[in-house]
Amino acid sequence: MKAGAYMPLILLAIIVALFAVPLVQGRDPAIIPSAMIGKPLPDFVLPPALPGGAPLESAKLRQADRPYLVNFFASWCLTCRAEQAVLAAYARESGVLVYGIDYKDTRKDVSRWLDAYGNPFAAVGFDDTGRVAIDWGVYGVPETFVVDSRGIIRYKHVGPLREEDITRLVRPVLEKLK
Amino acid sequence: MIVELAHFALALALVLSLMLATVPMAGAAKGRVAWMALARPMAISLCGLVTIALLGLVHAYALSDFSVLNVQQNSHTLKPWIYKITGVWGNHEGSILLWAWMLTSWMFFLAARDLALPAGLRARVLSLMGLVVAGFLSYILVASNPFLRLSPAPREGLDLNPVLQDPLLAIHPPVLYAGYVGFSVAFCFALAALIEKKVDPEWAEQLRPWVMAAWVFMTLGIMLGATWAYYELGWGGFWFWDPVENASLMPWLAGTALLHSVAALQKRGALKIWTVLLCILTFTLSLLGTFLVRSGILTSVHSFASDPTRGIFILVLLGLTAGGAFLMYGLRAPQIRIGASFRPVSREGAILLNNVFLFTFCATVFMGTLYPIFLSALELGSISVGAPYFTATLTPLLIPFAILMGLGPMLAWRETLPGTLSRRVLVPGALTALLALAVALMPLPGRPFTVVMFLAAGWILFATLADFYRKTHRLTALRSLPPAYYGMVVAHAGFAVLLIGVTAATSWNAEKISWMTVGERLSFTGREVSFLGVRPDIGRNYTLERAIFRVTEGADDPGYYLQPEKRWYPTQERELSETALHLDGFDITYAVLGDQDKENPQRRVVRLYHHPLIALVLAGALMIAAGGLMSLAKPRREKSA
Repeated sequence: MKAGAYMPLILLAIIVALFAVPLVQGRDPAIIPSAMIGKPLPDFVLPPALPGGAPLESAKLRQADRPYLVNFFASWCLTCRAEQAVLAAYARESGVLVYGIDYKDTRKDVSRWLDAYGNPFAAVGFDDTGRVAIDWGVYGVPETFVVDSRGIIRYKHVGPLREEDITRLVRPVLEKLK
Repeated sequence: MIVELAHFALALALVLSLMLATVPMAGAAKGRVAWMALARPMAISLCGLVTIALLGLVHAYALSDFSVLNVQQNSHTLKPWIYKITGVWGNHEGSILLWAWMLTSWMFFLAARDLALPAGLRARVLSLMGLVVAGFLSYILVASNPFLRLSPAPREGLDLNPVLQDPLLAIHPPVLYAGYVGFSVAFCFALAALIEKKVDPEWAEQLRPWVMAAWVFMTLGIMLGATWAYYELGWGGFWFWDPVENASLMPWLAGTALLHSVAALQKRGALKIWTVLLCILTFTLSLLGTFLVRSGILTSVHSFASDPTRGIFILVLLGLTAGGAFLMYGLRAPQIRIGASFRPVSREGAILLNNVFLFTFCATVFMGTLYPIFLSALELGSISVGAPYFTATLTPLLIPFAILMGLGPMLAWRETLPGTLSRRVLVPGALTALLALAVALMPLPGRPFTVVMFLAAGWILFATLADFYRKTHRLTALRSLPPAYYGMVVAHAGFAVLLIGVTAATSWNAEKISWMTVGERLSFTGREVSFLGVRPDIGRNYTLERAIFRVTEGADDPGYYLQPEKRWYPTQERELSETALHLDGFDITYAVLGDQDKENPQRRVVRLYHHPLIALVLAGALMIAAGGLMSLAKPRREKSA
């Protein structure tokens, strides 16, 4: 009984410590090295996620004449919701094309979702099985890749892109490619 | 000037709260009546000072004083005045100030009301609440000050997110906060009881109305939030298991458990230590909810990196408040005498089991909400936990929980003989069996799950009403029953109604998303929907397009119109869909206007939803809150019952 009475305190200490880890270390967990950087984008062909859209395929992406972003997202992903506004604003301002790959989703949900949160994408591929995501080395959504005009992956961002991530991380990569 | 005055009042309030936290507490320890007597005037003055601070900020918002940074960042001159005021709590700094003000308001009622509260207990409770206030006031003054000036003052503000410019969302935060913060009374009662090593039925009787009042606010606050999400987000749902929603559900579940255990303690002196622990736990979860929502840790673990001081400050505050309380619990709980014993088949037994269920619900929600955060904090990858997890883990538990909910009120305190119980179960049990038979003969559409949920709701209703009839069919009994009993009947029936609404709306909902051109008709759930046109208009601080749909059922039906809007808020460069809904009995049909076809402006994405019986969710939640309110009536008379 005596020792048991301290159980709530011990549990609380563990929980507070878990919250404190990212706080105190101050490191940015968004920076995760990817094996895909410096490699050409994998081959894939994806049907369009939205009715009337164009399919998304690697062959077409390789013909691009300037760098672009590929964003993996899903309508069931909460952080993607927050990211959507940032992506839309960035795409509008910079004119950089953003291609979306909808990960393990249903067509009904994604069209509703894009409708509600805005559609910043030049085209949206529908990866309901998640096979293409595996080829890209994606293990969760959202993840964003910067691909250059030769079809080489230059940068990978794990987690939602915030405005400061774009300024601090994505924009310098794109500047260098110019 | 008024802003500086408000700022100064807040600084004074911090000093006063520190005095309140020490002097009466020391007085209670040394038995000095004069020191203890200071608690009440100090608490009342503290509330006055924080009120001045809050009004100062409200004033700055009302006049759009953009020399105040907080106002400039969250307001705009063109905003309707009501949203100027509510913009006070539409941001981090202001909402924490509102939080602190709510806390001092609860203290005000505790201090000002003429209660039969022992002087020592009241002094200690107010003193402890003063300590909690001191923590929050120092956070406001150090890391989250809403009174900072901006020079030179810009001519215009940045405006409030249009999603938040909504009448329901204007009152949702204050009501929810009143609930969150109200549990601090129970928290401080528990700590005072641990200090005095005295947990008895009188203590529980004093505590019970405070728990009930906080719980009613919490229930209403969650209900307002869910209603807002339903019509404003236009997603066709009222609960998304979003972490922000879960953050309010956890203290509500713990508070519901507390509500029941405190009754067992009051009536029978049972579940003493558990009730004390629940008091601490409920407020800890309230703090955790505030931390989760207000720290930004939910949208992204990384947002701490941008402003780590705030995150650390709130976390330290949470750790100290809850940690101090749990330490006190660890030190003192073993010295408190175990509560009265009881047989398993008794009201106490049912309440204990009820607590086990509610605690399990709470722990399940806790795991689902925090697991992804912790995983990501430890760099073990990122996952999303959504509705499937919660549905799969919580719904199976709902069935035994519903059975128990029907049985509980039939049981007498201490012990009920199996024979008596089976006699009481007979009628509602037979009625439920009849309902099952009726459903078997006339199958309802939907999965077996739907049927089971309806039977569970039916059982709760039958059992509650049978018990009500048994206790009130002699008219003399009507008067002698305590108000808490009537409150319980209404709240339990409300839960059954809510269950029916949730089940019907999620099992039989229909939705259709399609392109529609002006003039086009389509059929939807046996209704004909015609798209009559889109007309531009100008709103208060936005421009809009209003679509008009006519919905008819059959040739002679005059039908009704649905007018969903698409609004554009130029100051924030944000587009917002305003849904249109039509209530028909308890069914809701609603429409959302989507994007335009780039080639043909007459062509639109239109989303239509039909949710049968969904208004019962709202009705049920209102009944639950009303039940809580009823049992607050004249609690003194309960003693004679």
